[in-house]
Amino acid sequence: MKFAVLRFPGSNCDQDAYFAALNVLRQPVEYVWHESTDLAGADCVIIPGGFSYGDYLRCGAVAALSPVMGAVRRFAASGGLVIGICNGFQILCESGLLPGVLLRNRGLRFICRHVHLRLENSATPFTRAGREGDVLRIPIAHGEGNYFADEATLRELEEAGRVILRYCGPGGEVEDRHNPNGAANNIAGIVNREGNVAGMMPHPERACEPLLGSEDGLVILNSILGGSA
Amino acid sequence: MPEAALKDPEITAEVWREMGLSDSEYRQVEAILGRTPTYTELGMFAVMWSEHCGYKYSRPVLRLFRRYREQLDSGALENAGVVDIGDGFGIALKVESHNHPSAVEPFQGAATGVGGILRDIFTMGARPIASLNSLRFGDLSDPHVRYLFEHVVAGIGFYGNCVGVPTVGGEVFFDPCYAGNPLVNAMALGLVRLDRIASACARGAGNAVMIVGSRTGRDGIHGATFASVELGPDSESRRPNVQMGDPFTEKLLIEATLEALETGAVVGIQDMGAAGITCSTCETAAKAGTGMEIDVALVPQREEGMTPYEIMLSESQERMLAIVQKGREEEVASIFRHWGLNAVVIGHVTDDGLVRVRHNGRVVAEVPAKALADECPTYQLDASEPEYVGRLRSRSVRGLEVEDHPAALLGLLSRPCIASKRWVWEQYDHMVQTNTVVFPGSDAAVLRIRGVKRGIAVTTDCNARKVYLDPYTGSRMAVYEAARNLVCSGARPAAVTDCLNFGNPEKPEAFWQFRESVRGLADACEELSTPVVSGNVSFYNETPESAIYPTPVVGMLGVLEDVHNHLTSAFREAGDRIILLAAEWPEDLWPALSGSELQVMLTGEPFGPLPGLNAYRQKTLFAAILEMSASRLLSSAHDVSEGGLAVCLAESCIAGGTGAVVDLRLPGPVVPSLYGELPGIVLVSAPASRAPEILKVAGSHGVLAVELGEVGGRDIVIRAEGAELVRTSVAEASRVWESAIPAAMDTI
Amino acid sequence: MPRKARIYVTLKPTLLDAQGRVVQQALTNIGFEGVRDVRIGKYIEMDLDDAAASEETVREMCAKLLANPVVEDYRFEVEGA
Repeated sequence: MKFAVLRFPGSNCDQDAYFAALNVLRQPVEYVWHESTDLAGADCVIIPGGFSYGDYLRCGAVAALSPVMGAVRRFAASGGLVIGICNGFQILCESGLLPGVLLRNRGLRFICRHVHLRLENSATPFTRAGREGDVLRIPIAHGEGNYFADEATLRELEEAGRVILRYCGPGGEVEDRHNPNGAANNIAGIVNREGNVAGMMPHPERACEPLLGSEDGLVILNSILGGSA
Repeated sequence: MPEAALKDPEITAEVWREMGLSDSEYRQVEAILGRTPTYTELGMFAVMWSEHCGYKYSRPVLRLFRRYREQLDSGALENAGVVDIGDGFGIALKVESHNHPSAVEPFQGAATGVGGILRDIFTMGARPIASLNSLRFGDLSDPHVRYLFEHVVAGIGFYGNCVGVPTVGGEVFFDPCYAGNPLVNAMALGLVRLDRIASACARGAGNAVMIVGSRTGRDGIHGATFASVELGPDSESRRPNVQMGDPFTEKLLIEATLEALETGAVVGIQDMGAAGITCSTCETAAKAGTGMEIDVALVPQREEGMTPYEIMLSESQERMLAIVQKGREEEVASIFRHWGLNAVVIGHVTDDGLVRVRHNGRVVAEVPAKALADECPTYQLDASEPEYVGRLRSRSVRGLEVEDHPAALLGLLSRPCIASKRWVWEQYDHMVQTNTVVFPGSDAAVLRIRGVKRGIAVTTDCNARKVYLDPYTGSRMAVYEAARNLVCSGARPAAVTDCLNFGNPEKPEAFWQFRESVRGLADACEELSTPVVSGNVSFYNETPESAIYPTPVVGMLGVLEDVHNHLTSAFREAGDRIILLAAEWPEDLWPALSGSELQVMLTGEPFGPLPGLNAYRQKTLFAAILEMSASRLLSSAHDVSEGGLAVCLAESCIAGGTGAVVDLRLPGPVVPSLYGELPGIVLVSAPASRAPEILKVAGSHGVLAVELGEVGGRDIVIRAEGAELVRTSVAEASRVWESAIPAAMDTI
Repeated sequence: MPRKARIYVTLKPTLLDAQGRVVQQALTNIGFEGVRDVRIGKYIEMDLDDAAASEETVREMCAKLLANPVVEDYRFEVEGA
């Protein structure tokens, strides 16, 4: 499976995603510059974390208007897989490929720590290697991860099972005290209506080697690859 | 021959003194030039000859560092030192202070400190892979201190997170002596292939001189001289002197610079920090023995009507000077443009040894490069031992009593110097670049190097109270403490970068502290074979009311042969044996309390003679632990520092989420045994089956090893002389330790 | 002569403004009484050529980039328009 990792001025988890694909998943992977509209024949586009355009104006706002996002929009419309991680999630929301917006953490501070996530829906290309109810330990690192959408949108997301990951406790308890940033309904990751575009604030590429503290991110990455954990 | 610009002020004594030059220095400038300097030339000399850039007071003492001395004498002083770590890789490391700016504008002061040190790293062609920060503030009960702390941490996070370099470690200390003079020391490491280290020499007459990065504005003009004076009541009004950092641009600059260096077209490159264009031009020319001619009107500017003086002295951030092979300028410029950065040719290298500055063709300055860069006059300042040293050394520490041991332990755990710093490091992305193997919270950060088995460990250390009591011994202890932290992570100490924070060197007592401290650092580094490869001096950290403790921060790098074989401070399994390893356990234990956290907690002040530090015995301890680590005998290792053995034990319990039961079967009185801060004491844990082997290895190195007890249960239990001194639940200890700083800070 | 556009981007009134709340508390703590509510927005000032200095153009800028309609409102003034 061919991966494309987008690169915007200011992306800084692009290398991490690239090496996860190359060294851990052992798949072909290529960088795609923000000015390009050629997605290099990728099967899956990764929009990595970082501070594209310095997070100026709003996180992901300027990146959403890049030429490459036009190509991503067309790619997604034709069924291609797209996953936005952290800043990538913010970019997908700003470009309208996913609903809602990521606001500033309710504690107003940047948070970098491992969190527990409950896998809510295993019937998506991003979660099929796991089972509903699985608890994954994956790190977050963000100042704006507070997912917000209006009532109607939230209802639609919940009813259609489009929330794929929720912040929880070590035993899977979805409670406010396990919510690191105030996200509505403890939402950590969602998919679009068609199920081929996902956005998540936690960083699975930081949790795919035992040396780095957790391998639970492999559930997400292996799902993309095709199913088995 | 340069001409004075129309609006330049006339050169008078008031002018050069305002710039920071003494009358005798001014006369030297006139002698070098053979005429009256222009205003621009005067500014260039004033800034290059300030202590911050010229090291005029510190250079004679810094010569005690062997590598520095050798490089000075051979004219090959590097930006950041590069350490060979094997596999063809080198690590560039350096630490720098940004104390004065942070006192006035803590957010931007700290942020630009991070930016500045990163530039020192990638200007060597090394990709920045980690940042650390050593911070000191006054007492947290003071709202102004909380303001500084909050904003310094936010500023470091703001810059470090955006630029994509993980902030993996550091230290934070609180003491009233830092109230008006916070210390913000920023350290960075970079990875470089040994055969690709970039040069900072402006070689080859005819080669192009280019400025790349941000536009130049009026920020921080004379920032270097600001750093070279004490802070006073008018320091607030110097706010415009503080630069604004742009980490987004810096990230682009890192990528563009590293990419440009790959082309081979870049002959030399230098970052612009203190003294901006002035410094980078004269230093690169001086290093190569060449000269340089530039026209500052070509420099991309952010403001209207900047004078040549302003352009030459501006400290606008995120700029580099690149010397590019003639004919390949466009090749290099296009790379910077791709990343959205300015890249403009502003001049060329010459062979006459002069830095010639034009402004729209008119020559406004013409100065020998070496005069600016290398010929800053140095001064032998007077040193005299302060009266307090003898007085405090002779005060007895004996008989300090502890009535309630559980209260003492919990009290120590809640002291900001000891308490958990999670409030700080969770604001930093410490995982980006996916190389961090041991996160903040253990004795040292450990990082892997992609593609090879080896890894690195890094720490910053300095117990300034000890340095205050005895600058020579206290500084030696700082070096040994750093080494011990690395060894406890499974790494062999390799090299040091130092940030020397002191008061006003023109005061003999402060200069004595500086000289004795450097002597201690230099001796310890020789003993440990960890050369000082780079560093920084920050003087004048004092206000009319008080001066800081002498604070020589030691940043140390270690190498792990196999990064998978690393250690942390956390106890692991119930049933693991806890063994104390000691380099030295003196007959008279009481000096272990001199300058200790317990002493300050109970009496309010540090005093007493420091314990001894035997180099040979300390080194055998390190060898023993590294052997145990290589043989995979250990589950954990944690060294004793602030708070003594009691705190060391509690910290390993808290990190491991498990209790422990120990019996202090050691000679000597209980209080200094339990809370004393002797150098070279380490608590290790290991499965019971491995304990005999550990004792054997210790014995073979002549290291004292005593089995104290066992990991397990829910309580921290400490027994001595048949009685139970402490029984505290790990949950309670953890709560106290974790909540101390958040509780102090979240009362807005 | 460039003309100025002044744009105010504000958080929608129904949304929680955590930053504003902290500022309100801080003002109260330093002795200012009667501060009921604080909401923090963005102020953007632009110098525009004649061709760009129309309400229609500025409205389009707001819609396309300067404000996020999910959570932000905007209003603006254009000199001489």
